[in-house]
Parts: sequence; C-alpha cells; structure tokens
Amino acid sequence: MSAIIQVKNVSKSYWRNSLEIPVLNNLSLEVQEGEFLGLMGPSGSGKTTLLNLIAGIDRPSDGELTVAGTDIAKLSESALAKWRSSHIGFVFQFYNLIPVLTAYENVELPLLLTSFSKAERKQRVETALTIVGLGDRMSHYPKQLSGGQEQRVAIARAIVTDPVILVADEPTGDLDKKSAQEILILMDRLNKEFKKTIVMVTHDPHAAEKASRQLHLEKGDLVGV
Amino acid sequence: MAIPFKYTIRSFMNRKLTTIITIAGIGLVVFVFAAVLMMAYGVEKTLVSTGSPDNIKVVRKSSQGEISSIIEGETVNLLKTLPHIATTADGKPIMSGEPCVIINLEIRSGGMSNISVRGVSQEVNLLRPQVKITEGRMFNPSMRELIAGKAVNKKFAGADIGSKVKFAGDYWTVVGIYEDNGSGFESEMWGDANQLLGAFNRGSAVSSVTLKLDDMNNFEKFKRAMAADKRFLQYEAMTEQRFFEMQSEFLAIFIRILGTFITIIFSFGATIGATITMYAAVANRTIEIGTMRSLGFSRRSILTVFMAESMLIAMIGAGGGLLLASLLQFFSISTLNWNSFSDLTFSFALNPSIIISCLIFAVFMGLLGGFLPAARAARLNIVTALRG
Repeated sequence: MSAIIQVKNVSKSYWRNSLEIPVLNNLSLEVQEGEFLGLMGPSGSGKTTLLNLIAGIDRPSDGELTVAGTDIAKLSESALAKWRSSHIGFVFQFYNLIPVLTAYENVELPLLLTSFSKAERKQRVETALTIVGLGDRMSHYPKQLSGGQEQRVAIARAIVTDPVILVADEPTGDLDKKSAQEILILMDRLNKEFKKTIVMVTHDPHAAEKASRQLHLEKGDLVGV
Repeated sequence: MAIPFKYTIRSFMNRKLTTIITIAGIGLVVFVFAAVLMMAYGVEKTLVSTGSPDNIKVVRKSSQGEISSIIEGETVNLLKTLPHIATTADGKPIMSGEPCVIINLEIRSGGMSNISVRGVSQEVNLLRPQVKITEGRMFNPSMRELIAGKAVNKKFAGADIGSKVKFAGDYWTVVGIYEDNGSGFESEMWGDANQLLGAFNRGSAVSSVTLKLDDMNNFEKFKRAMAADKRFLQYEAMTEQRFFEMQSEFLAIFIRILGTFITIIFSFGATIGATITMYAAVANRTIEIGTMRSLGFSRRSILTVFMAESMLIAMIGAGGGLLLASLLQFFSISTLNWNSFSDLTFSFALNPSIIISCLIFAVFMGLLGGFLPAARAARLNIVTALRG
C-alpha cells in the first residue's frame, strides 16, 4: 500500500479582526490507499479543517499537502475545482442535497462536469443509486425522502464520479441510530468492496469503530498517533 | 457543462411571492416604457398616415404648422402655372388651397379644446380619395356647412349631424361624418375653403396648398421650377406625408424624452427590487452554493446561475409588461398637438422596434439587478458557504 494522502508539517490559521487564530499546528500524517480513517476530537479541535484541506476546499497556511499524487496546495483555484470534481467525493452531515433537484438529478450533478454522454451519465447515476439501495427513488425530491435516504443519495452523489477518496464530515451526525448504522455499513462496504479511501470526521465512537484507523485531534494537534 | 437551467427555473419557482412581486415591479416599468413609446409611435403613425406620399404640400418656409403658414391668393394662382401639376378631365389643376383655422369646441366629458377647421376645395375628393363620408353627406360649397372627422364627432359635443357650431360670427351646420383610417384628418372639421375665407375675412390668403403632380417622378422638376421663380422664394414644397411627419416630431420627441426620463426613475426602483430579491436568493442558498463549489463547479458557473435567474425574472416581467401594453392598442387618446395647437386623437401603436427596446431595457434591469448578488454568490468562500 502507498500513501494516497500525505500531510507534511501543515499549519492552518484563520484571521479574525487582525487576530490570528491557529487551528492546525505543524501537523503531519499519511493515509494509505484503501484505508478508512476516522478523525475524532472535540469541537474546535481542527478535524473538519483538516478534512477540508485534504478535500481541497481550503488551503493550508503552511506545509505540504499531496493528495492522490498532486500537490494540491500549489494548484490554481480553477485547477483545484477540476481536481476536486474527479478525485474527491463529499458526504456532509446535513446531506447538502439540492432541494429543487430529484435524487437522480442530485446524483447526476457532479457528472455534468465530466465529458460523459447523457446515456453514460444515466447508467452511472442508476448504478450509484442502486449501490446505495435507492434505485426505486430516483424521481423523488429530497423532501420526499427520510434523513437516512437523503444521506444515501448524498453518498451516491459522492461515488458517482468514481473518486479515489471519500471525505465524510459527521455523516451520521443528523441521523437516528438505525439510519446511522445503515450509513456506516454502506461506507464500510464502499471501503472494502469498492476500495475507496475514506476519511471520516465523527464525534460518535460507535461510528469511529467502523474505521480501520482512528486519529484524535486536540487543539490542532494529533494526539495518540 | 454548467449547472443545469432547470436548477435556475425550479429555484426561481420556489420563492413564489418575492419572485412574483419582483416580476410585477419590472413588468410595470416595462409597461410604462412600452406605453410611452407606443404613444409617441401612435402620434407619428397617425400623422404620417394623414399625408399622402403622392400629394405635394406647399407652405410658407419655416412654418411650424399650417396655422403659421400664409399663402396669398396671387401666389396660389401663380402656383397653378407651374409645370407637372395634374389636371382634371376638364383641364382644371388638381389643387386645393386650404385655409386652416382653430376653433373651440366643448368636450362631451366636460371642458373645451381646440380643433382645426380646414377649408377644402371641390378637388379634395381627387386629392384625398381615401376620405369617406360614413354618415350624412358632403358639405354644400355655397353653404355654411361642415363635415366632422370621426374622432371629433366622438369626442366633442356639437359635432353630431344637425348640430350647429358657432364661429366667425355665424352658425355652421354639421352635415356629415367622415373617416380616414384613423389619420389626423379625423381630428379636423372640413368646410368649403371660400366660405371659411369669407367668414374669417382672410381675403384669398390660404394656409397651405395641396396639389397632385402628373407623375411623382417629376417632383424634383416641380421643385426646381418653383425655385427658379423668385416669387416663390418664401415657400417650399414637400410631400404631404413628409409635412405631417414633421408635424408629429415635436410631440413625439417630447413624449419620448419625458416618458423615458420617468421610466428610468421607475427602473431604479425595479432594479433595486431585483437586487434585494437576488440577495435574498443568494442568502437562502448559501449552502447550495458551497456544495456546488465543493463538487467542482466554478465561480463562473455560480455567477451564471444567479445572473440567469435575474434575467429570467426580468424577461418574464418584460413579457408581462409588453403583453399588458399591447392591449393599449385597443385604446385611443387625444392630446393637444403643439404644432397645430389643436386636438389630435391617436391610438397607441406597437412595432417590433418598441418590443426590442423594451426587451433590451429589461435585460439591462436584469443584468444590473442581478450582478451584485451573483458576484457575491460567486465570491463566497466554500468553507464559509458550507457553514450556511
């Protein structure tokens, strides 16, 4: 196995009214290809910030960040957007589905950034929705689905472009126990059966148990590595 | 590929009330703008259709209208000697020396207004064959009789058949109503030229002379012949259509300038309305914006989505405003034409150029109203946007 994510001496701080607020301090870690990493830690520990950096939606203040063989800290904004569309699948706590689009259209959205034909897109969307067990709910709008179903649509959207890495920020945080369990089983399946590298931020120790490795963050530092 | 247009349409349908209010705001501005342009075009169309391109009008140079033009009887007789004037079967030149006077009439709904009374000669049927008597009969040239245009008959009391109109110290009986396809002639009353000249003690001085040429291709030769004679130095000839077109210019320009000024003021309100609506749309959809950006959609895609939404609002508003304005074509209104100082009845008229002007105006409001919110949406930081 090789490291698909390499974080070297990465620091990140935010500025608020000329006051520098450090979030990550000179942090280093590696995630191997096919690994399921659980990032845990209290609120404000910097775990979501680390996830955002790995996903390429935020930039480090300092340090090197190589994801899927690309030094993403050096990419221009448009190149980074293009990179995200082909390498990263996002799963958010509150699903972040577009309410005015059906399940099918939500899953199709990332494919509109690719050169796939309409027929190819249809096939991929149907496959992704079938994998998450919602092949019969394609024409439903998010408000017509339960929370667990919405999150499964969001997962279908995350995997439809066949990205190498899935990043999930508290994917079970808004779900009841049963739905949360279903989502965790699904993610486990994506990791084991479809060989997706997964980085998941969670508060829930039960959820973190599904991960093949757990890391804890506290005040911007990795602890107990 | 960009964010699908159905996203724009459905998002837009999601906020029905604010969207409808914004559309209504833009629609009303477009309606006012269209109405003003239709009014100005209506004036032009009415007056241009008043004159025939085959008739020649001779007036005193630089006269703003027939009221300020005087041609002495001697000059009228001299005009008859010019070449290329068409003649009747018995050899008389087809020419009408026309005195034009303004009288006051009572409006049916109250108040008074000016109307033009035109004295015409017996040859008027040859010069303006399109004018048709629809009720009553033609005036008798030896009597104090008038025929009234349809618009005068409709608007003014005392312009019905059998009514007596008092002016120039005498009573004139209305004996007929005529129509001329809604032209400016319908806003006049006609009587015999000699009767009018006598009543007003004008001797033989008419306001203008309308004549027909044997061939319109000879118009330049006719003008050259006029220019070669010093006795015509103070007069000029033009087609009757051009003369009436010039009559419309001042009023049409005034309506356009005033109307456009008012519309621009209104448009500020509508544009600000669109801006507020679009800012609200951006604020409501911040997480959606963050999500789409994280999926890989560019800032430009986000800008385009919100600009498209703003343009959609503007275009629907424009469509509604134009539709409403197009109904104005069924109405006619009247106003004082400052060139003739008399009442002119005209209909609102729509043409493709007005439609295009209104659409461009709406596009401008849409672009201006949508740009700041769309730019804000495009500039949003992904992480901040995802937090909502």
